[in-house]
Amino acid sequence: MNDTPLFKVSGVSKFYGQRIGCKDVSFDLWPGEVLAIVGESGSGKTTLLNCLSTRLTPTAGSVEYRMRDGQFRDLYHMSEAERRFLMRTDWGFVHQNPADGLRMTVSAGANVGERLMAIGDRHYGNIRATATDWLSRVEISTDRIDDQPRAFSGGMRQRLQIARNLVTGPRLVFMDEPTGGLDVSVQARLLDLVRGLVNDLGLSAIVVTHDLAVARLLSHRMMVMKDGYVIEQGLTDRVLDDPREPYTQLLVSSILQV
Amino acid sequence: MTELASYNFAYLDEQTKRMIRRAILKAIAIPGYQVPFASREMPMPYGWGTGGVQVTAAIIGPDDVLKVIDQGADDTTNAVSIRAFFQKVADVAVTTHTADATIIQTRHRIPEQKLSEGQVLVYQVPIPEPLRFLEPRETETRKMHALEEYGLMHVKLYEDIARHGRISTTYAYPVKVAGRYVMDPSPTPKFDNPKMHMSEALQLFGAGREKRIYAVPPHTEVVSLDFEDHPFEIQRFEQNCALCAAHGVYLDEVVLDDKGGRIFVCSDTDNCEDRREHGHSGEMLAPSKEAAE
Repeated sequence: MNDTPLFKVSGVSKFYGQRIGCKDVSFDLWPGEVLAIVGESGSGKTTLLNCLSTRLTPTAGSVEYRMRDGQFRDLYHMSEAERRFLMRTDWGFVHQNPADGLRMTVSAGANVGERLMAIGDRHYGNIRATATDWLSRVEISTDRIDDQPRAFSGGMRQRLQIARNLVTGPRLVFMDEPTGGLDVSVQARLLDLVRGLVNDLGLSAIVVTHDLAVARLLSHRMMVMKDGYVIEQGLTDRVLDDPREPYTQLLVSSILQV
Repeated sequence: MTELASYNFAYLDEQTKRMIRRAILKAIAIPGYQVPFASREMPMPYGWGTGGVQVTAAIIGPDDVLKVIDQGADDTTNAVSIRAFFQKVADVAVTTHTADATIIQTRHRIPEQKLSEGQVLVYQVPIPEPLRFLEPRETETRKMHALEEYGLMHVKLYEDIARHGRISTTYAYPVKVAGRYVMDPSPTPKFDNPKMHMSEALQLFGAGREKRIYAVPPHTEVVSLDFEDHPFEIQRFEQNCALCAAHGVYLDEVVLDDKGGRIFVCSDTDNCEDRREHGHSGEMLAPSKEAAE
């Protein structure tokens, strides 16, 4: 592992008028590390994720990203063109609802190939071969390549969305409740797949979830949010097995045991 | 002409023409860029060429010679009525001969005869945004044009190949103008795309309902988008024109009866007539010619 961080966040705050979205969040993310952000609904997880992924401009604070040339760049001092380029090459964003992240009216192959075409790939045969390869990596049968995602089940759509994001070999992936809305067995398969991919590709990821099991399985480190503040952070196993804050203790003890 | 006293020359008032000319100048300065303009109500329904008519009205002068074509033909309703409109409101000379015209307003064809310097081709455009059916948000498509993010255009071509084995888009085939803006050449058949490239004539595009004007100045590079392994191709016709025996021109299929009888004839009527005057005759005319002799 590299000892320079990939992503440096300091003092990020977002206010909606008088109301707090998230307040004074700072952390570093290292290459290959998966960070989970957990908390109940309304705790500011998604606001924070959007602030980090340039989908929302924070009110205060800075977010720096180490580009491929090793230089740190402040995301909010880049031009919009650079930011958008970064988002579709070096980053991925997996939405909770696959319909937000996919083009529902074009085929699965085109969905995966879109990023390749966006960065200038102009060889149909190569694009299709790459798309086929990625579909099999996310366990979608390759004879479905010309079907539209509309014809896919929820789990398949989510896997397709992941393939679409990973095809350009990003170094950082943001995930917003990647398993939300899926049934338990499909969730388990998806988590397994994501864990495998993250390991194989050495990805860094920031995963927002309200599901502590997801955090346990995927993440190395986690942050617990409440009312816009990060109230506790540390190694996932430490936080889940030995929660210090009363709220975290409450969260952990609220998990249903079967 | 007393009943027309209330009309200004070429129907539009001078301030409106100035506004449209400004938009045209801007469009010429930025080839392929869609310039918004305050499109006016015209005495015809949207979809009948209100954009093209406004552009023509803004650039036409008393000395101009106007030709209007609809799918290549000079004698269809749309062409006849627009031609009559300008005869009435601008009292200009009109022609059907491509070479004689200074302004050619067209709905979806480029004349077969090569256009020359000094001529202006005005297109009637229904939907100016090439990305429209892929990305419905106007705010987003403008951003994509601004940042030159045209990957999506290839997604459409990819879909074509995935479904049909080849690029099946046959009209409104997207082009890149002067290496920068991706442009919809209006629903002209892709057969005409190569004619836009390095054309000596000025090409103006007016979309009345969508309130956009764009342009391709003379001698500008116009490249049709494609894939390396699926290069751009134009339509080819096996037949010759049944009337003038022309080959390598764009042909229309005409159904003759309900027993499967059909012929292919030139879409460009002026070119076809001209060839027949010069003694070319296709299979349809040949027997009657012999009978006459």
